[in-house]
Amino acid sequence: MMKQSLVLILALWLGTGAALAAGPQPEDSFAADVQGSLNPAQEARYQALTRELRCMVCMNESIADSTAALANDMRMQVRKQIIAGRSDAQILKYLTDRYGDFVLYNPPFKRLTLLLWLGPLLLVLLALALALAFVRRSHRRSKAVTVNEQALKQLLDENRPS
Amino acid sequence: MRYAIPGVVLVGLIVLFSVGLYLNPREVPSPLIGKPAPAFSLPLLADGTTYTAQDLKGRPLLVNFFASWCVGCQVEHPLLLRLAQRDGVEIVGMDYKDTPADINDYLKRHGDPYRRVVEDAQGTAGLDWGVYGVPETFVLDAGGTIVYKQIGPMTEQVWQEKIRPLLKERG
Repeated sequence: MMKQSLVLILALWLGTGAALAAGPQPEDSFAADVQGSLNPAQEARYQALTRELRCMVCMNESIADSTAALANDMRMQVRKQIIAGRSDAQILKYLTDRYGDFVLYNPPFKRLTLLLWLGPLLLVLLALALALAFVRRSHRRSKAVTVNEQALKQLLDENRPS
Repeated sequence: MRYAIPGVVLVGLIVLFSVGLYLNPREVPSPLIGKPAPAFSLPLLADGTTYTAQDLKGRPLLVNFFASWCVGCQVEHPLLLRLAQRDGVEIVGMDYKDTPADINDYLKRHGDPYRRVVEDAQGTAGLDWGVYGVPETFVLDAGGTIVYKQIGPMTEQVWQEKIRPLLKERG
């Protein structure tokens, strides 16, 4: 009895696992709206590129994750251009020419993005400088305390329990 | 004196954040400003004849991406009508991802401010023009160069302060 139910549970568990694996994956349902199939290497490029591109309507979603119509158009463009044999750089240039650097989740390092890239480093340096100044100051203050030993001794003597 | 530095930092942050509050995160500067209008070749709504980017040259005009399903377009529609009638502005409408039946119905209901309406049924011109949410309006000079892009509904203020001076100076 015990053994039978265990086998049943195991079978059900394996069964759902198999069903899930066979069921439509999110990526597949997106890919279905585009004609033409990609070989594994192209598919990997497609996945990487669509994850790197911002959906301009939703702003904080990649076009791989978004169901917006525009994201769909952009995925279709990426897929079409991969099939047409264009390089990753060419495809990214195609999209930045139209939508600007904002379409890239990984912005290029240039004069306009200098603060974006170096800002965190500047903040760390500022924090280090402040910390150093703070430590130095407290160090100096602790040195400045001088003990009047005679007065201390007198104080102790006065308060000594008899 | 003790609180001078934290005070300055605090005031600085308040200024920074309050400026940020009034910025519109949807306004992404277009890389197309100062560049020629991207090429397209699409049918006109009126008679199906082909209309291209070449046809936009020769006089300053507005290129307005809109659609019958777009709510923001209805917001700016009265202003577009006013600009066409009052100021004699030429507006070319790009009907984005729409059907002729729907847009004809829309224009009948709300009035037609457009000199021409171009059918961009698949949104291909939209993609080439970097459109990511209708309505979007491009200001073109007589040479067919994009000089300004309005993202979202056009307002009287934007027209008076930004677009009209541009058209005057380029026209």
